[in-house]
Amino acid sequence: MKTVPKHVLVAGGGVAGMEAAGALAEMGYRVTLVEKGDDPGGHLLQWHALFPDRRPADEVRSYLRKRAGHHNINIITRTTVEKVRHHPGGVRVTLSGGTEEEADAVIVATGFDLFDAHRKEEYGYGIYDNVITSVDLEAMFNRGRLEKADGTVPSRIGLIHCVGSRDEKVNNNHCSKVCCVTAVKQAIEVRQMLPSCEVFCFYMDMRMYGPYYEELYRESQEVHNVNFIRGKVSEASVNINNRLVIKVEDTLAGRPLKMELDIMVLMVGMEMAESGAKLAEASGFRQGINSFLESGDHHYGNNLSGIKGVFYAGTCTAPMNITDTISHARAAVAETVRYLKA
Amino acid sequence: MMSATGANKFGFAINRSRMIDYDSSDRKVREYITSREPSFRLCFACGGCTATCTAGQHTSFNLRRMNTYIRRGEIEPLREEVTRCMLCGKCLLVCPRGVNTRNVVAVAAEAIRKLERNEL
Repeated sequence: MKTVPKHVLVAGGGVAGMEAAGALAEMGYRVTLVEKGDDPGGHLLQWHALFPDRRPADEVRSYLRKRAGHHNINIITRTTVEKVRHHPGGVRVTLSGGTEEEADAVIVATGFDLFDAHRKEEYGYGIYDNVITSVDLEAMFNRGRLEKADGTVPSRIGLIHCVGSRDEKVNNNHCSKVCCVTAVKQAIEVRQMLPSCEVFCFYMDMRMYGPYYEELYRESQEVHNVNFIRGKVSEASVNINNRLVIKVEDTLAGRPLKMELDIMVLMVGMEMAESGAKLAEASGFRQGINSFLESGDHHYGNNLSGIKGVFYAGTCTAPMNITDTISHARAAVAETVRYLKA
Repeated sequence: MMSATGANKFGFAINRSRMIDYDSSDRKVREYITSREPSFRLCFACGGCTATCTAGQHTSFNLRRMNTYIRRGEIEPLREEVTRCMLCGKCLLVCPRGVNTRNVVAVAAEAIRKLERNEL
């Protein structure tokens, strides 16, 4: 007996959304993947290489593109999901522009926004030319040129951890998890690209939580001579030689320290996506104290929204690396299929 | 009979242990500060306060270290430290944990005064 395949709408075409859509399509479900940007891919589109093994980001992009290219998937771009609501026949979805869609289930994969570094004004992003973010540095790696704003080669670069994370002043008490290891990865890449350039990481705690992260940290010291200073940078300024000067306490030496830098890289953290927050508000999803979506149970139900037929996947629930995002998306698919088959 | 002072003249002295003896330390100051300024407990020792501190550029004043001393019940180094802060409050603007840093110093100075008068 042939039946009409059930329809699942996936809100968000980043890593989680593409993986979830692909997995569902493979199982024969009809999938609509709604992406707010011009193309699916999410933040991964901006990345040059990935931690911990520094493989090209393009390898994972190709995998996901293939996944989302399945013939059972209809991709709608430049569109956001504004509201979802459960009704006895399924889930009704309102898209931007007012279009309505009917689905049997919805997976919310609205992801994260990067912290806007302008908000930490004391670090001078947007004020001083050579203050950049970790994403800007990734773009330089993509171009294959690492230079100061005036085109000269930097001789010292500082990477500042926890920008927009673990900081009550910007209303983000949570840890974004991936910035520490990103800093170590980028520090190594800088050292490889410019062997005469000194690299300093300014950290509060080194959170090397994932497999091979600690090994990467060790490698950065052992092989690449990356320097680590434990302290939170309080402010940056520019001196008469047009070099950045940062102030920090070297907490392990127990004394304040100042240092000139040619480029200062701000390791921007992850925040709940604005589009996801709007969707949450319109649809009655609960948000935790960290603003991310709060699932039915932190331990054994972290894909459940509490609304029938609506499931969460990926970084809309918490900061995550790519590995965990893909796993979380697959778990969301398992929950969705269980629901659809019940 | 040779007194302890006499032994000193021969070059013998008892070195005070550098070890923080947590079990015999004085926690009254910590309790006094914590009860009056509960945000004191939130410090995660990033050193942002010390980085921006004007007093700390020229004296040994170090609020992060001072917090640690208080937590460990090490009162001796505190007596001098608390007098160096100028209460400008720049540290307040920096602290990522929202510690009311300036009040911590004020309350610590108060605790030391009370301790000296046996009022703690």
